[in-house]
Amino acid sequence: MTNSIKDRTAIVGIGQTPFAKNLDGSEKRLACEAIVAALDDAGIDASEVDALASYTMEVTEEVEIAKNIGAGDVTYFSQIGYGGGAGCATIGHLAMAVATGQAEVGVAWRSRKRGSGGRPWANTVAQLPTPAQWTRPWGLLRPSDEIALLTRRYMHEYGATRDHLANVALACRAHANRNPGAMMFERTLTRDQYMSARWISEPLCLFDNCLETDGALACVIVSAERARDCRQPPVYIHSFGQGLPSQHHTMVNYWSDDPLGAPARACARRLWAGADFGPAEVKVAQIYDAFTSLIPLSLEGYGFCERGEGGPFTDDGAIELGGRLPVNTSGGGLSEAYVHGFNLINEGVRQMRGTSTAQVEGADTCLVTAGEGVPTSAMLLRK
Amino acid sequence: MSDGILLPVVDEDGAPFWEGTRLGELRMQRCSECARFRFPPRPMCPWCRSTASEWPALSGRGIVWSFAVSHPPLLPAYAELAPYNTVVVALDEDPSLRLVGNLIAAAGAPINSVDPATIEIGEPIQVVFDRVSDDIVLPRWTRP
Ligand SMILES: [Zn+2]
Repeated sequence: MTNSIKDRTAIVGIGQTPFAKNLDGSEKRLACEAIVAALDDAGIDASEVDALASYTMEVTEEVEIAKNIGAGDVTYFSQIGYGGGAGCATIGHLAMAVATGQAEVGVAWRSRKRGSGGRPWANTVAQLPTPAQWTRPWGLLRPSDEIALLTRRYMHEYGATRDHLANVALACRAHANRNPGAMMFERTLTRDQYMSARWISEPLCLFDNCLETDGALACVIVSAERARDCRQPPVYIHSFGQGLPSQHHTMVNYWSDDPLGAPARACARRLWAGADFGPAEVKVAQIYDAFTSLIPLSLEGYGFCERGEGGPFTDDGAIELGGRLPVNTSGGGLSEAYVHGFNLINEGVRQMRGTSTAQVEGADTCLVTAGEGVPTSAMLLRK
Repeated sequence: MSDGILLPVVDEDGAPFWEGTRLGELRMQRCSECARFRFPPRPMCPWCRSTASEWPALSGRGIVWSFAVSHPPLLPAYAELAPYNTVVVALDEDPSLRLVGNLIAAAGAPINSVDPATIEIGEPIQVVFDRVSDDIVLPRWTRP
């Protein structure tokens, strides 16, 4: 594959704002602060930025970013849809642009005031047109309700239990308790607390749901050649994939022949086809966790275990630091911050640099994934 | 009931479904060429690419494929009734046709009228119709 993007680009800068329930400043200002921090981390001047990528749900457009940070002429810009499914695709699109010579310095970002800025599902005007006419009138109002229906079916078909979901919540929380930047840094969580928590949408309780966060993050992507001259050690983008499975319905995938066939499966095929290694060689993973039950689905979809084995995979501390595959080592969306999964990308970079607060010893490969249950994306990072 | 509940915004693709419920029928879209059902409704059959379709009335029988029980925070009209169930119903004529709905005690009963602890995946259910506005009739489900 001579035209592959494999290892031809690298993430050389990461930046982020603090994470909190309520931050001062607009999403635009937070975005600019995170981007400038990432460029400082890389040692690259903002005037050199010529490529930008973010989510379609991002409220600050490229023209606003470019004129705030003082970018030069931007020759590549891209927005990716489907909410949290966009995360790794922002990096992947820039990697493809830089590897093919369309641009030289790419910046991906996500800024969101989801902590203080209101809940998207409460906007009834925006949510009623197609396909919401088939779900909302009966009271299926929130992402949590939509995923609860798939979670119940998943538990029924495969025998997954609330203890498996608790394994996920507790692993993320234990990792957040080591990360001073995490919203849940000082808040421990026990299995008893999990089991007695209030319901949000049965079978999902409070601790199965991600946090509500104000915050912004950004990454800088350049060619592998240029990366060797930057301030930080390069973290190579080894492989990248996107996935929109056949007959998929976003969030409410009840209408396909295989409703529990996660979008991860379609994405994984492309991801592994572009890689020199497989799931067994991945040392640490950052897996999208808007809800705990997405983690078993993704573990199966990306090939860490067989279909239906994602629940038991989480037993015996397997996804905690020291386990077979430590997952979400900064606390993830469940316990660090929920910024549509972009914090998973920055943590993947820290793991490859050796600077995580829950550093996996000898980690030289990392999987990062984006939203499960929606058209998604994923990438493999390596040292 | 129905003050403040969300009403479907009917579009061209889905209009025949809602015409059916107004007449007390559960109609689903079926390809006129290859005879496969599809849902949600859409202009083109993904299996044979025909744009011709028809809307036969089905039996209204199905089984519970999955269910959830919603608790606050919710929109006010729904919070009043919480905790309430939502179900996904797999239809008898083609179990890959699945509709979101509510399991209720009897036609006209509220969406919190069935004890969620008694709901079981696989149990048979039957459609009933609930007029929630001048124009909109929602299908809901009861035990036969
Ligand atoms: Zn057809």
